Amino acid sequence: MNKIKFTGLLLLAGVAAGCVHTPPSLYQWDAYQPSVYTHFQADTANLAQQIDLLEQAIDKAAATGVSVPPGMHAHLGMLYYNTGREPDALAQFALEKSLFPESSHFMDYILKAQKDMP
Amino acid sequence: MMRSPILLLIGLVSLLAGCATPTPYDYSAFRESKPRSIVVLPPVNRSLDVKASYSFLSQVTYPLAESGYYVLPVAVVDETFRENGLVNPEDIHGLPLDKLNEVFGADAAMYITITQYGTSYQLLASDTRVTAEASLVDTRNGQLLWKGAATASSTEQNSSSNGGLVGLLVQALVEQIANTISDRSHQIAGITSNRLLSDRAFNGILPGPRSPRYVGQ
Repeated sequence: MNKIKFTGLLLLAGVAAGCVHTPPSLYQWDAYQPSVYTHFQADTANLAQQIDLLEQAIDKAAATGVSVPPGMHAHLGMLYYNTGREPDALAQFALEKSLFPESSHFMDYILKAQKDMP
Repeated sequence: MMRSPILLLIGLVSLLAGCATPTPYDYSAFRESKPRSIVVLPPVNRSLDVKASYSFLSQVTYPLAESGYYVLPVAVVDETFRENGLVNPEDIHGLPLDKLNEVFGADAAMYITITQYGTSYQLLASDTRVTAEASLVDTRNGQLLWKGAATASSTEQNSSSNGGLVGLLVQALVEQIANTISDRSHQIAGITSNRLLSDRAFNGILPGPRSPRYVGQ
């Protein structure tokens, strides 16, 4: 009888555990959303510092083998562009495109818009 | 001695029932559309706080991307609107879909409206609350794929029962950001965003192609 009770308890624990199981994140979220928030808050925010934080997060993600979130490379590309680092910006837009082919249309639009600028 | 196994069984059944979700949403249009990418438009703000729209917009990527979708870079999208002279979310929400498609090429567009954002002070306590509603629309044919609403409040912080599974996850996230951001409304907006836009929310969006929970076909 004790055995039955024990099995029952084990089963209960198993079911309960099944309910609260949380899978790991798909992406490394350290810097992207806070950087977007900073960007929205003030145009005078320190761009160099934002760029630094994003670069660090990208390095960290690479070191731990976790992907960076969708949009992060494009966001960094925009910050590079706003600080006059065009070649770096183009490289980030290309990275976004190769990691997330779903972005191709928009990345191509941005690249073309930049080329068309006087 | 017959009693305890029966009690156990009842316990088991009620636990299982707790996991199940009643009254499912009609996902037939969503299933047919199979969107892979989402462009989130700057939210329309019906609250009194001018910060609401961009506080919320900065926190929509996490739940949508973790649900398996490609989320277009929200700040770059916003900058693109600005460069084209569009700064008012209501105007942006009114843009024709073929225009959105031409620029962004996203499979679906998310339209968000914030109805509450901020702190109201009562006699004994203050309540910081953010409420929002959202619709996901197929940009190719204009069909509504999904619609939802969510709210979060500072007064519920210590009761774990309120948000269920998503609530627990969100609590962990908030603890994570609490040390770096002092703006309470912004934190609560993050919780609302997660409740609104996660595939794990009750009657939430379906998991997308990049999620292990994605059901193809």
